[in-house]
This record gives sequence, C-alpha cells and structure tokens, in this order.
Amino acid sequence: MTAFGRRLRLLITGIPFAWLLLFFLLPFVFVVKISLAEAQIAIPPYTALLARVDGHWQWQATLENYAFLLSDRLYLLAYLNSLKIAALSTLFCLLLAYPLAWAIARAPQPARNVYLLLVVLPSWTSFLIRVYAWMGILGSNGYLNRLLLSLGLVDSPLPLLRTDFAVYVGIVYTYLPFMVLPIYTSLVRLDYRLVEAARDLGAPAWRCFASIVLPLSRAGVLAGCLLVFIPATGEFVIPELLGGADTLMIGKVLWQEFFNNRDWPVASAVAILLLALLLLPMLLYYRQQAADSAPGRTVAGG
Amino acid sequence: MTARRSTPWSRMWLAIGFAFLYLPMLVLVLYSFNESRLVTVWAGFSTRWYAALWQDRQIIDAALLSLRIALLAASAATLLGTLAGIALARFGRFPGRGLFGAMITAPLVMPEVITGLSLLLLFVSLAQLVGWPEHRGALTIWIAHVTFCTAYVTVIVAGRLGELDPALEEAAQDLGATPLRAFLSVTLPILSPALLAGWLLAFTLSLDDLVIASFVTGPGASTLPIVVFSSVRLGVSPKINALATILIVAVTLAAVLALWLAGRQAARRRAGAMPAAM
Repeated sequence: MTAFGRRLRLLITGIPFAWLLLFFLLPFVFVVKISLAEAQIAIPPYTALLARVDGHWQWQATLENYAFLLSDRLYLLAYLNSLKIAALSTLFCLLLAYPLAWAIARAPQPARNVYLLLVVLPSWTSFLIRVYAWMGILGSNGYLNRLLLSLGLVDSPLPLLRTDFAVYVGIVYTYLPFMVLPIYTSLVRLDYRLVEAARDLGAPAWRCFASIVLPLSRAGVLAGCLLVFIPATGEFVIPELLGGADTLMIGKVLWQEFFNNRDWPVASAVAILLLALLLLPMLLYYRQQAADSAPGRTVAGG
Repeated sequence: MTARRSTPWSRMWLAIGFAFLYLPMLVLVLYSFNESRLVTVWAGFSTRWYAALWQDRQIIDAALLSLRIALLAASAATLLGTLAGIALARFGRFPGRGLFGAMITAPLVMPEVITGLSLLLLFVSLAQLVGWPEHRGALTIWIAHVTFCTAYVTVIVAGRLGELDPALEEAAQDLGATPLRAFLSVTLPILSPALLAGWLLAFTLSLDDLVIASFVTGPGASTLPIVVFSSVRLGVSPKINALATILIVAVTLAAVLALWLAGRQAARRRAGAMPAAM
C-alpha cells in the first residue's frame, strides 16, 4: 500500500473514531467520577474528588451514593420493576411480532415490500406522538372508555391510563417494529423446502415450527428481544406519560434525581448501576451483531 | 423455491398487526379536525386547531430550531457514519477495531437517559476544565445528535458495503484505477441509496429526540419535542393533535417518495443502465 493510501486509511478510521472516543466513551469517565462525588449547592452541583484541605491535597471520593442506592428499598424496587416491565413487554412484543413477521415473510411480492414498509413507517413518525396517541385512547374520558360505555360493556370508565397496563401497551406499541424487522429478516432467508419436506414426511405443523422454523429464526428473535428489552429497561417517556405515580421505573427515577432533586451524583450512580445491569444483554447484542455482519452474511438495515 | 401464498391465518395476523399499529394514529388524525376543545368528544369538522397552531410562536420557533439541528446533525452523521462504515466493512483488522465496533453498536440500544446524562456531564466538566463549550444549547444538542445518529448510519452503510460484490471495485482497479478512484466512481454511486436512507433515518431520529436534548440543552434552546412534551404532560390537547397530524402526513409523504425513488431506480437497473450512470 502506498504512503498516501495508508494516510487515507488512517484518516477514514481516525475521524469517526476520535469523535466517538470524545463524545461517546469519555462521557462515561465523567459519569463514574461524579457518581463518586457528593452533591452540593453550587455550580456545578457536586464536590471535586481532589480537594485542598489544610494545605495539602486530599482524595475525597466516596461510595456513599452507591451505598445509599443499595440500601434504599425504593431504588431496588425501581430496578427490579424496570426489569420486570421490560421483560414482560419484550415477551408480549415477541408474541405479536412473530406471527406478523411470518405472515409478511410468506407473502408474495410486491405485497411483501408494502407490508414491510407499513411496519417500518410508524417508527419513522415521532415516538412522542405515538405515546401521546395512547393518552387519548386510554384516558378515563378517552376513546376506548367512551366506546365501552356506549356499547354498555361497562357502567363506569375503566382506570386504564396511569397504570402499569398502559405502560405495557405503550412499550409494545412503540417497539413492535424493532421486533418484527430482525425476525422477518431471519424468516425470509429460511428455505421453506425444509418445512415442506418435513410436512411430506408426516410432521405435524407444530413440530415443523418447533424443530425447523423456530431454531432457524433464533438469531432474529434474539436480536429483536435485545433491541426491545435493553432500551425499554431505561425507558422514561412511556412511564412518565402513560404510567401512574406508583409506576416505578429506573429511567424515571434517574430523570427525577437529576431534574427535580438536582442531585447529580446520585443520578450518576443510578446510571452506572443501570449500565452494569444492562452490560450483559448489551454484550450479547454486540456479539450477535458482530456474528451477523461477518463476511458471507447480510445485515438487516437499521 | 415454492410459491408464496397468503393463508386466511396469515391475513388475519396482518390485519391485527396493522390495525394495532395504525388505528391509534388514525384516531389522532381524525380528531385533529374536531371542533370541540374536549379532544375525545366529536363536535363537528373544523380546522381551527391548525390555525391556532400556526399562531403559536413557541411551537413554530421550536419546530424551526429542530429542523435546523436535524438538517445539520443528519449531514454530519452521514459523513462520519460513511467513514466509519468503510473502516468497519473494508479495512479488516486494525488496532482498536473491537472498541470501534462496540462504540458503533452500543448507542443503538443505550437507554437515552444514560446517553443524555453522560453527555451533559461531559459538557459541564469540559466547560470547567478547558472553558468549552461556553453555553449549552443548539451546539451541544447538535453534537449529541451527531454522536448517536452516526451509529445508525454506520450500520446501514457497513451493511450495504458488506453485500456489494468486491469484484466491481477489483475490475476497476484492473483497468488501472487507483483504489480511491475505484471507490469514488464505482462503489460510491452504488452506495448512494444507502447514504440517502442513512441521512433520512438520522434526520428523523434527530427531529424526534426528547430525552437526550432535554439533558444537554441550555436556556433558550427548546426543540419541538421538548415543547410538545411539556404540553403533553398536562394532558391531551387538540393543538398537539393537529401538530401530530402534520408530522404523520409529512413522514408518510416522505416514505412514499422514497419508495417511488427506489422503485424507479430498480426499474432503471433492470433496464440495464450502468450503476455509474445513476
């Protein structure tokens, strides 16, 4: 390779690399640092880790914020509840998305491309607007309650908005495309002759599904589940707009510590513990993506 | 390959899936033309909320700011993402590749509250240490958006590059083109639909971001999602329904346009046009 080629390569790699180091990785160093500080009423609202006390430098890092989070039941419950809500939403999403992805993958062209577009299209419209749409539907004076009342199915409006139920609906609704796409990608690659061969040999439909279709679409299911589960665990907008005051989710707790209590060190510690919790699923997603983009495999866009 | 066909069962699932995805937005669009201030009670057709929206300086200003940031962020992210995509798809192993790949993948799933908080703490600490950035506002939002949008563009570009037949570039080089020349005149034109798709995705992601912008913004820089969120927190409002309708219609038109462009290009490719002529 020529010297010019080498320099060009260095430039092509270096520019985005430097940007991400500075604006993606470096920030976490500061989150860790500030999570070890104490809150104080000042600008910025946290203490320095290294301070001059009585004429000599003193190390002032403290693990107090972490001890506080781990000893307070409220935070523990928020973490556990976030994991529960994210896991169940992921499951509901999967149950709805899998048959949908199958139906799209098995549809003839050009209908298949239109269906695919129809699945992606909502994820291009504002996330906030899609969550907001459910506020109008689920409210006590909302469209759903008015429909149920006018049909005589209920006597008084059901409490739907500001409940955990609304949070589940919101997550499944907004994250559904992220589940459908990877599953569709693995299903459309599947050689249907395998299923037909199994049917010819007398396997019942459920058997074909359990021992051929499901194993061959495992990668898509895994990718979809991680794409829903990880962001849903730290979700803020959905529990804030659709959940009740008692819907404890860690994203909401972090937001409140930061914006309402202005306790930056505790908010930082909340973020670090959330990151630690999500590290394993993130690693899994990274390995899955790396395997999927290995030579010879095609990647699903987005 | 056996013929693909629709069964009643799959038609039913398609109907359920698309009803679930589209009914809520359809209701929103319908009731944006409602005369009544009570959002959920129909009182006759009216476009008064669109007029009210047009009069709302705060929303118009926020929309203009959001559009400006989204245009600039999408363009910068497309540039960075294309470079990163080339590096990941074409340069094989290089020192730091694992870290580079991780920094591309992580933003795709990172909870927004973490990204937002970490970037704010970076900006505050940098301002203390080196005096930059002096103020938080449009610039810091732009930096944050470029950072997470770059990851999405990279995935699209690297994916498309991975599918390409390397023989095309090799042929150009056999005919005497330098690797750079071969890339610019053979690969880049084939890549251009992926670049457009990446740019559009980055644009919509930037336009849509509430959480990260809320963390890194400063006084006076309220983007559209920030303004909409503070209004929506208080409950449903007919004005927001009208705004939602405009957004939904704009996205639908853009998608139909993109589909039409892609279809035209595919038709041209079938007609035997050289990729370089596109």
